Amino acid sequence: MNTPLVEFTNVSFRYNEESPWALKDCSFIIERDEWVSIIGHNGSGKSTIAKLMNGLLFPNEGEIYVNGTKLTSETVWDIRRDIGMVFQNPDNQFVGATVQDDIAFGMENRGMERQLMIERIQSSLEAVEMTEYRLIEPHRLSGGQKQRIAIAGILAVSPNLLILDEATVMLDPRGRAEIMATVAEVRGAESLSLVTITHDLNEVAQANRVIVLNKGEIWKITEPRQLFTERTALKNMGLDIPFITSLTEALKERNVDIQNEPLNDKELLEELWILHSKT
Amino acid sequence: MDITFKNVGYTYQAGSPFSHRALNNISFHIPSGSFVAIIGHTGSGKSTLIQHLNGLTIPTEGTVQVGPFILSKEKKEKDIKLLRSKVGAVFQYPEHQLFEETVAKDIAFGPMNFGVSETEINQRIQEVIPKVGLPEALLERSPFELSGGQMRRVAIAGVLATQPEVFVLDEPTAGLDPRGQKEIMNMFYELHQTEKVTTILVTHSMEDALKYADHIIIMNKGEVYMEGKPEDVLLKINELRRVNLDVPESILFLKNYLKKFSLEDEVSVKSIDELADYIQKTYKGDYA
Repeated sequence: MNTPLVEFTNVSFRYNEESPWALKDCSFIIERDEWVSIIGHNGSGKSTIAKLMNGLLFPNEGEIYVNGTKLTSETVWDIRRDIGMVFQNPDNQFVGATVQDDIAFGMENRGMERQLMIERIQSSLEAVEMTEYRLIEPHRLSGGQKQRIAIAGILAVSPNLLILDEATVMLDPRGRAEIMATVAEVRGAESLSLVTITHDLNEVAQANRVIVLNKGEIWKITEPRQLFTERTALKNMGLDIPFITSLTEALKERNVDIQNEPLNDKELLEELWILHSKT
Repeated sequence: MDITFKNVGYTYQAGSPFSHRALNNISFHIPSGSFVAIIGHTGSGKSTLIQHLNGLTIPTEGTVQVGPFILSKEKKEKDIKLLRSKVGAVFQYPEHQLFEETVAKDIAFGPMNFGVSETEINQRIQEVIPKVGLPEALLERSPFELSGGQMRRVAIAGVLATQPEVFVLDEPTAGLDPRGQKEIMNMFYELHQTEKVTTILVTHSMEDALKYADHIIIMNKGEVYMEGKPEDVLLKINELRRVNLDVPESILFLKNYLKKFSLEDEVSVKSIDELADYIQKTYKGDYA
């Protein structure tokens, strides 16, 4: 059997000894090439998981393995080569004076050959469709463009795992769509696992699996389609359900006999059409 | 307070090589007590526009009138501080502006600047704390020990404590979880309803615009592109797409539904329930 890319076994963490557990007894795995969404209310421990995953924090209890290697203060530098992270605020993650300098930064830190760096800058800019911005100063870019450059900088060092920690919340809907399209495209082209921490349910719907956190504990690990049927439980945890699930629910309450749980407009229209044709 | 823009234009760094035209010939009227949503994609001039409402920005052309206050290049409003005490602005990520030692002091800062007495301020703090959903026990804590959602509430409480007659809200719920978003929006909506606070909301959420606003202004390239009732404006899918905006999911679904079932009704829906009612009535095809 393949070793999973990331494995958490009974991980607990708190920020200091007096504070409550930010994360309690969490166990899960992330497979290669998998897309996992992590959702939960504000303060449920989502970002703590992300920070534990690349060793910005270390667990108080339990163990974390990346690629079969236990994450410790000795292995953290190697493990970080495998994991790239994009954070919420596009303005807080630039170091370079130009787009290409910024993308080069991560590669320089890894001591990569100049020639290879030039090639990688080109290919990662192509991947995020930003080649014409290579010499632009980052602060002139829109929020969505900045996040695409942040992603390019990560792609350039070809990690196995990309973590997007609410990377689209400060963007407008168009910027969001751009980022998600970019990520989907990159995943189509090369092997890359993805962890998205988000409140955006349309993003969740695209993932293979979802980890739902509630007050620092894992409430459930499931598939999106399954998850969205748990309307009441999600609401009680301060979460939402997608529009299409709400509409399906409202229709069922009105005795419209929908059989399968639709995930998008097309599937619901299809269900309605079947009912229409029956009569 | 009534708000009127008359041929307003604004150019950043006018006359310099860096000059940038942000607003062009903007005119509209917002009657006192309305709830207006301003929508437009990044760079459309929304933020520049709302900065005119409390005199942070003075128009380079035309006039802005907010209640009795008039702002124009020719006539600088003398009493800009008084204007600012009437217009409560919640800008993006207001928690970044917290700075005091305690939550109570941070909330007190605004009203104190506007010369409100200490007794009055303490009374106002007691009033606003439950409104934003903060427990009283947090008042003596440092705002920097709080969670992001709580910090946002402290910042909003600080604006409420100035008792403004106009709210200017620039994406006040961005980054909050769904429950937090709903709680904050419902709170503003309730204040709008009960205390008749004129509310200007800048948002990317077409759903919120449809749900809360009674008037929508769509901005594009520094101009007013469309305006009207949400249920009318948001039906115009093609016009909205032309300026890179989406329509609310409910309206998009309704359009697709009408097409698939070859229905030619002129319907407008404001909520999921209204949409479900309509579908239930029509999906079998045998209604008259």
